[in-house]
Amino acid sequence: MKAAARRTALLAVALAGGLAAALAAWRVLAAPSAAGAVAHVTGLPPGAEIARYREMLADGNPAELWEDAGRALWSTPAGPNQVSLARCDLGKGPGVTTGAYAELPRYFPDTGVVMDLEQRLAWCRMTLQGLTRAQAHANPFGSAGNPSDIERLVAFVAGQSRGLPMQVSLDHPEAQRAYALGQSLFFYRGGAYDFACATCHAADNQRIRLQDLPNLLDKDGARNAYTSWPAYRVSQGEVRSMQHRLYDCLRQQRFPAADYGSEAITALTLYLARNANGGIYDGPAQKR
Amino acid sequence: MSAMAATDGKRGKGSGDHRAPRLILRTILRASAALPIGWLPLPGLAADAQVPQVAASEVKRLIARSFSSSGQVTVDSVLRQDATQSECSAYTSHADVPAHVARRIQSAEAATIRYPRDGKWLGDWKEGEKIAQSGRGLQFSDPRGGPNGANCYACHQLSPQEISFGNLGPSLYQYGKLRGDAESVLRYTWARLWNAHAFTACSSMPRFGHNGILTEQQIRDVMALLFDPASPVNR
Repeated sequence: MKAAARRTALLAVALAGGLAAALAAWRVLAAPSAAGAVAHVTGLPPGAEIARYREMLADGNPAELWEDAGRALWSTPAGPNQVSLARCDLGKGPGVTTGAYAELPRYFPDTGVVMDLEQRLAWCRMTLQGLTRAQAHANPFGSAGNPSDIERLVAFVAGQSRGLPMQVSLDHPEAQRAYALGQSLFFYRGGAYDFACATCHAADNQRIRLQDLPNLLDKDGARNAYTSWPAYRVSQGEVRSMQHRLYDCLRQQRFPAADYGSEAITALTLYLARNANGGIYDGPAQKR
Repeated sequence: MSAMAATDGKRGKGSGDHRAPRLILRTILRASAALPIGWLPLPGLAADAQVPQVAASEVKRLIARSFSSSGQVTVDSVLRQDATQSECSAYTSHADVPAHVARRIQSAEAATIRYPRDGKWLGDWKEGEKIAQSGRGLQFSDPRGGPNGANCYACHQLSPQEISFGNLGPSLYQYGKLRGDAESVLRYTWARLWNAHAFTACSSMPRFGHNGILTEQQIRDVMALLFDPASPVNR
């Protein structure tokens, strides 16, 4: 009862107060040129302004609701086998969630392949809970009135690595191979616009419109970007996972639709996660 | 053949005939396997680890098994890299392309440029502004058949009234005012819009004419945005 009341209160805050404040703050920051007028008004350099904006957003992040719901999903018996995910092995032993996300994607000896969090969650839901492949992959990206269990589970597991350093291993040859594939895909130019990931994410201080583009070849750029996903997207009203982030980047890149839980997304994720090694995981964050 | 021309919008998963795409894929993979492309060393951060070499054909196989054709974007359209896409995949940006490679790419791309058949360079700057603002078109989520935008503001400053502009490309504010409208300047700018790789090998800018992103009339309208004295770009 107490938890439910707390959740309701938090939801109210998120929707009524937090969201309005966040949007107002975003409007103030988004209206003038990123480098110019804001700093002029407040006297703060633009970087500090954006940090202040993020601080405002972090206070009352609705992603907490997703984490709570994910925690409940994790420990509730489900599927034909009516078992919870309490024995799901995310790489650190059955049921261990603390620090698991900071070491993913990783090579799993029991499947013989490199898996990211979402592939592994689907695998656990199939092998432990008895879901079919289609059921375990259904509704990966939620929308209004159509909440995604996957995004909730992802938010919960990711949150269990908050404050811990990214530690993705390339010790296994399969992990090395996936990293190399991810790297090559990062530079692969194709499609109607000739874009690669590198077209927008391989240099410092670049923007599309007013949106900063992280330089994912730079250690700090890779760390700051990777350690903030999954994130609650204010513009979408949902927590979005790394699967969604990459799927949507590739869509804008004029590539075809990346299959959910596909090998290419895992390879790219491993490439980005490994490049973020040493960064302190700080998600699920909140973004525009 | 350009990447766009290779797209027929019908093939891929879910279509009735699965043999044709597989045959095409096999042909693409066989052709690319024959290319002696050394992908690495690419710039990365895992200098401490053993990162194996990956052939272009392996990346294509990865794409083939991880993506699905959707809307107007087919998997084939990204598997069929043209020579420039393939060569440019070896570099982080145009700045890293060796001079002799850049010269070869630029001359090949220059040969693709088509100039307006009626000799008319400029259209309506107001239409050009709309095209410069729009980022829609050719995503699998966009309706087929356009009209496509050019999203110039994503990377360039143009009209001073628009303060939400990116910085991947140079500012184009006062483009025509600073350069005048001599035939040579018009011709150069048209060519740059048609195929930026003819001037900067492995440019980040899409080949708007060559890849069929914009129509000739749309390019005229964008040209007007850049050159018309009444355009906010030049005021």
